[in-house]
Amino acid sequence: MMLQVKNITKRFGGLQALSNVSFDLPEGQILGLIGPNGAGKTTLFNVINGVYTPDEGQVIFRGKNVTGKKPYHLAHLGMARTHQIVRPLNELSVRENVMAGSCFGRENRILREAYEIAEEVINFVGLETRIDQLAGSLNVAQKKRLEMARALAARPYLLLLDEVLAGLNPSEIFQMVETIRKIREQEITIIMIEHVMHAVMNVSDRIFVLDYGSQIAEGTPSEIANDQKVIEAYLGDPKLAQKLMDHLD
Amino acid sequence: MTLLEVRNLESGYGEVQILWGVSLKIEEGNLTSLVGGNGVGKTTLLRTVMGLIRPKSGSVFFMDKDVSTLSAHSKAELGMVLVPEGRQLFTDMSVTENLEMGATPKRARAHYKKNIERVYEMFPRLKERHSQKAGTLSGGEQQMLAVARGIMSEPVILMIDELSLGLAPFLVIQLFESLKLLKQVGITVLLVEQNVHLALAISDFGYVLSQGRIELEGPSRDIANNQHVRTAYLGL
Repeated sequence: MMLQVKNITKRFGGLQALSNVSFDLPEGQILGLIGPNGAGKTTLFNVINGVYTPDEGQVIFRGKNVTGKKPYHLAHLGMARTHQIVRPLNELSVRENVMAGSCFGRENRILREAYEIAEEVINFVGLETRIDQLAGSLNVAQKKRLEMARALAARPYLLLLDEVLAGLNPSEIFQMVETIRKIREQEITIIMIEHVMHAVMNVSDRIFVLDYGSQIAEGTPSEIANDQKVIEAYLGDPKLAQKLMDHLD
Repeated sequence: MTLLEVRNLESGYGEVQILWGVSLKIEEGNLTSLVGGNGVGKTTLLRTVMGLIRPKSGSVFFMDKDVSTLSAHSKAELGMVLVPEGRQLFTDMSVTENLEMGATPKRARAHYKKNIERVYEMFPRLKERHSQKAGTLSGGEQQMLAVARGIMSEPVILMIDELSLGLAPFLVIQLFESLKLLKQVGITVLLVEQNVHLALAISDFGYVLSQGRIELEGPSRDIANNQHVRTAYLGL
């Protein structure tokens, strides 16, 4: 098993951001993590990759309990992520940004090797024409690709993608989904948070749905699209409309 | 008669484009709803129509006049009024003072007395609390005040962003009932709402926005029974 999330609870003061969340992720799969705004998706990512320590529960990564380990430690163990709000090192070149990912990743490469790896990964995500440009000069779609390249340069076993499709136009979305498929072919396991539903439903093996910090459903994309709880979480409570109509009559 | 028409609107923030050629027609006297999932561009659409964001391309016509380049306050003078998401009240000011702040367009100032009587009749709760600071009201009362402040601007069209968000069910019912009152006094309403069932139950006409495009439109009754709504939200 690549990752086991066991009974995770995370509180911020009085707010219970995650309540007893559990799932298993087998190697080589893509898990789509969806849910309405404020459901706790990014918080779950932050617990998985060590930004937050959970109040309860455990994160088991490749059979090892990594609960409470720091993100840099998890990067060494083979877990990389991208951020919803891209965070390139703007004053460094595209290549240098990606080298940083390699130097601090699983293989801990020295600069000379990182240089080569960066080139390979940058080619893979299709940023080769921008390799010597400053990261700050890239457009949004390119920055998303850079974010992905930096994570890939760490040579992860598990890649966490936080809304890599947000803000992209339809053809960029299509290209990015192709890139995600290619990453999976390299036997990298993926969890992706995504609001672009047609994309996440098409690319994921399984979908996990959070609402108000609790898991409300898990299953194949078609099971999820037909799950009554999920439909209610997204479209709202139909009983309320009935009540309103009764009132107005 | 078409009161508000949006033609091929493209808009966004900086280099991030959110709306991709959105067109709408809002008929006078209708209650029109706009629904769609997280981050599909509903608020961006309202903000662009209102003039708070400049569109990249496309146009907005109000009462047959091209208002695409007008500022938000000029649009308010013409009778286009937005009740923003999250209420945006003046929390340290009283209920009455908040309502006064709504009465800034010229026409609205002239009819202040008539309008304040009208909103107090519509929302007796606000009358009871007229001297209380807005920040001390309950969530539902604050939402009422936000709508009431919009009415004080004497709108021809009132655009409401997320009416039911974060409110208890009985308050939601109350607020939705007040929408019917707006209709009775002849105010055209464009309602952005997260609860699809509620929005389609109360509105005459509905639009479903998905990934910055209109995915579905039609009489609300027809859309409410359409499987494509679910597909627009869930992708399958």
